[in-house]
Amino acid sequence: MLLLSSPVPNVGASAPDFELRMTPQRSLRLSSLRGRPVVLVFYPADWSPVCGDQLTLLNEVLPEFEQLGTVLLGVSVDGAWCHGAYAGERRIRFPLLADFEPKGEVARAYGVFRAEDGTSERALFVIDAAGEVRWRHVAPVNENPGADGILTALEQIVARIPLMPAETDRHVREAIV
Amino acid sequence: MSLTPLVTSRDHQLGVADALVTLVEYGDYECPHCARAHPVVKEMQRRFGEHLRVVFRNFPLAQVHPFALHAAEAAECVAVHGGEDAFWRMHDALFEHQQDSPTSLADERLAAYAEAVGVDGALVVRDLANQAHLDRVREDFRGGVRSGVNGTPSFFVNGERYDGDWTDAEHFASVLGRAAKERGRSMTGMR
Repeated sequence: MLLLSSPVPNVGASAPDFELRMTPQRSLRLSSLRGRPVVLVFYPADWSPVCGDQLTLLNEVLPEFEQLGTVLLGVSVDGAWCHGAYAGERRIRFPLLADFEPKGEVARAYGVFRAEDGTSERALFVIDAAGEVRWRHVAPVNENPGADGILTALEQIVARIPLMPAETDRHVREAIV
Repeated sequence: MSLTPLVTSRDHQLGVADALVTLVEYGDYECPHCARAHPVVKEMQRRFGEHLRVVFRNFPLAQVHPFALHAAEAAECVAVHGGEDAFWRMHDALFEHQQDSPTSLADERLAAYAEAVGVDGALVVRDLANQAHLDRVREDFRGGVRSGVNGTPSFFVNGERYDGDWTDAEHFASVLGRAAKERGRSMTGMR
C-alpha cells in the first residue's frame, strides 16, 4: 500500500473516494452518498480536549445540517471500537469513520495527514451532491473551527439545488447498510 | 469573528445601550467553565459600573449536559413571567447552585429557584412540559453558531469574539478597559 500524501484537493476538484469502517461490522463508501452534500470532519483523535469541543458542537448543530439535507461524517485514525466507545460516551449522533488501517490512508488522500503525530489535521471539507469539493478549511490543531464556515458553504450549495430533508435519513440508511 | 445577531431589546441585558463596552456571553448553565466565569463577569460589572453592559445568550450543549436545556428554558420562563430583574436573579442562582449536587439543575430544583425569585414554580413545570421557551433558546443557539461560538463560555467584546483568557480578572479588566478607550475615542471622533 502506498502511503504517500497527496496535496489537499482544490475547490472544484473531485473529492477522493474511500471506504472506511463506521462500526466494527459496517463500512461506508463516500461515493454511495452522491446526491447529498457531505461534510467531512477530519480531527486528530477521539478523547482529546479540543476535538471533544469540536465534535460536541457539531453534534448540537446536527439538526441544522439535516435541514440542509447534508450528511456529516467524522474521520480520525482511531479504530472502530474506540469510535464506538467515544460516540457512546459523548452521545455523538453522526458517524465516526475509522481511518485506521492502513493508518491515515484517507487523511493522506486529502493531504491532511500529520506524519510527525501519526494523526490527521483538524480539517473540514464540504463536498457537494456531485462529489466535488466546494469548501475546505484546515484549522490550527489547537483551534476549534466551529460550524459557521461549514454552514455558510452549505447554504451556497443548497441555494442552487434545494434538497428535501426527509430524504436525508433514507439516503444515509441506504448508503450505510 | 463578529457577533452576527446584534444586541437588541430582545436580549437579556444589564446596563445601558450606550455603555462604552458591551460584553455578550454565550453560556450554558450546566457548563462548569461558565460557572467559573460567572463571578468574573460580576467583578467586571463592579469595576466598570455604568460603562459596561452585560448580555447573556443561551448556548446549551444539551447532548453532553443533560440539564442544560431545561435550565435555559426555565430562565427564559422566569423572564417572561417575572421580568428581567427576576431573570438575572434566576441566572445567578443557576450558576451559583450548579455544583451543589449532581441534581442541582433537575426540574424540581429549577422550579424552586424560580419560586425564590418570585415566579410560581408550577409555571416553570408547565412551560418545560410544553417547551414554551424552547424556540427562544434555540434562536440564541443558532445565532451563536453563526457568530462563531465554538464552546462555552464564549465572549464578544463590543461585537468581536474574544478568544483570550477570562479567568484572570485583572487581565480581563484590561481587555475591557482597552475596548472602552477605543470606543471612547471613536465616539469623540464622531462629534
